Amino acid sequence: MTGPVVILDNVEKIFGEGASDQVHALKEINLQIEENEFISLIGPSGCGKSTLLRVVGDLIQPSSGVATVNGKSANQARLDQDYGIVFQAATLYDWRTVAKNVQLPLELMQYSRSEKELRTQAMLELVELTDFASHYPWQLSGGMQQRVAIARALSFEPSILLMDEPFGALDEMTRERLNLELLSIWRKTDTTVLFVTHSITEAVFLSTRVIVMSARPGRITADIAIDLPQPRNADTRSSVRFFELETQVREELRISEGGQEPERKPA
Amino acid sequence: MKPAGVPKLNAIGYFIVIILLLGLFWEAYKLLGAPGGAFLRGTVPVVTEADKPMGVLCGSVGLCEVKLPVRADDRAMPHLWDILATIFQPPRRGSDTILLTILLRASLFTLQEAVAGFLMGGVLGFALGVAFAHSGLLERGMLPYVVASQTVPLLAIAPMVVIWLGGSWFSVAVIAAYLTFFPVTINTLQGLRSPEPTAVELMHSYAASSWDILWKLRVPAALPYIFTALKVSATASVVGAIIGELPSGIADGLGRVILNFNQYYATGPEKLWASILFASLTGMVFFLVISLLERLVVQRQVSES
Repeated sequence: MTGPVVILDNVEKIFGEGASDQVHALKEINLQIEENEFISLIGPSGCGKSTLLRVVGDLIQPSSGVATVNGKSANQARLDQDYGIVFQAATLYDWRTVAKNVQLPLELMQYSRSEKELRTQAMLELVELTDFASHYPWQLSGGMQQRVAIARALSFEPSILLMDEPFGALDEMTRERLNLELLSIWRKTDTTVLFVTHSITEAVFLSTRVIVMSARPGRITADIAIDLPQPRNADTRSSVRFFELETQVREELRISEGGQEPERKPA
Repeated sequence: MKPAGVPKLNAIGYFIVIILLLGLFWEAYKLLGAPGGAFLRGTVPVVTEADKPMGVLCGSVGLCEVKLPVRADDRAMPHLWDILATIFQPPRRGSDTILLTILLRASLFTLQEAVAGFLMGGVLGFALGVAFAHSGLLERGMLPYVVASQTVPLLAIAPMVVIWLGGSWFSVAVIAAYLTFFPVTINTLQGLRSPEPTAVELMHSYAASSWDILWKLRVPAALPYIFTALKVSATASVVGAIIGELPSGIADGLGRVILNFNQYYATGPEKLWASILFASLTGMVFFLVISLLERLVVQRQVSES
């Protein structure tokens, strides 16, 4: 396919009615995401990054502006089942086994029985949970639950993966391990990823581009290309370039939060 | 480590222990009664002010007796062994049929009516819950009437149902359904709305139809809520059926049995108590059946203890 996977053209989102209750969640959002990119949205809480993700996924309608995905409207893209989605909470269905949770989208999209089994098997292998296929979600740790959610999101090979702080509720060590796992999955599946996070380290480590946002109104204030070499591994985090990029993102966040250059100490 | 010497009781064990304790309490209370049953044993008639025992309040002049809140005589509270014994005797002279047979037949008959009412009420309750969950307008418009329906006494509704539908087995089921549907409606509505917003968003992201969202997300999520209501409804439907039998003129159920033994209470109080026992056993059996069904259907997290 040619052309960007996602084009946001002057997207605005205003919640609430009446001048006093209005919240300007998104303002003048222009963004293009190319195929196979890994884009992180980072910003202070309430900056509208989750809202932006939901506008791309057609879960929220923009007040104005247009979201185009794979050359069609976001709505058409959703109806065509172009999206895999992972939330901060794994959002597994308690009454389904791990395998049945992974199968949920396949079931809804009426895949054949053999195809369902085949893909579920492949996905569980991908996230290394084959032995847990017949367990129930509440028998798994938080990290394992999130891996099931990723397997579920990828089971039908969506062209774009939307992730809303998927590792936000996990401890640092689990998060770092899952970051590595996600990168390896991303390389294997050729998916385009839109990833919301509030961790600078995570954003820099995972992404090909980091988009920095500011709050009230939610705007894009910086677009930083992450030129760390691929494939990335545990050593990437200790490279000099990694620290430079981290610092750059941190500076941009400070500017966007304060709305001004960081204050200099008087000489 | 489990403490030694404390045997671990399961639900049935607890049930039996509580039944035994209740029986013990019953008989202990009877022991408290002085002959005649109205007063506390040991409280003595007072002739003069000087005879008055310490710490005892006296009601009337010349007498110092402590009145029991409930009479403890064999008429108000028959001995448990008398109640049990009467079950195995024919209730009427010149008849061979023992009370047990009569009560079992009546219980089974009433249970059938209750099950029919339960099914009708359950289906209606579920349908109303689904309708309300999908339409805020319908909920706001109709829910107040559903609530209001439950404020009308069953005793007033039952004769009306009999007038409309005739004094039949079906009328009784309708009356039982009237008690059954309400908890099911309320809990279905709550259960269908219980999924997290992200669980619904997930479905939308797959472009799932409303039908799929209902059957693959909302209904499974609501099942624990619905079963809680069904357990309440199971016992309520037995009560509804017993009350419904009275104006329907149905002679085969527990309603008539209870009414009869109530009228002849003075000559055989044990018989009414035995009937009450069977009425509650009927409700409990129904409750247990629904509980077992719940275990089969609802995949629940086992509490970590």
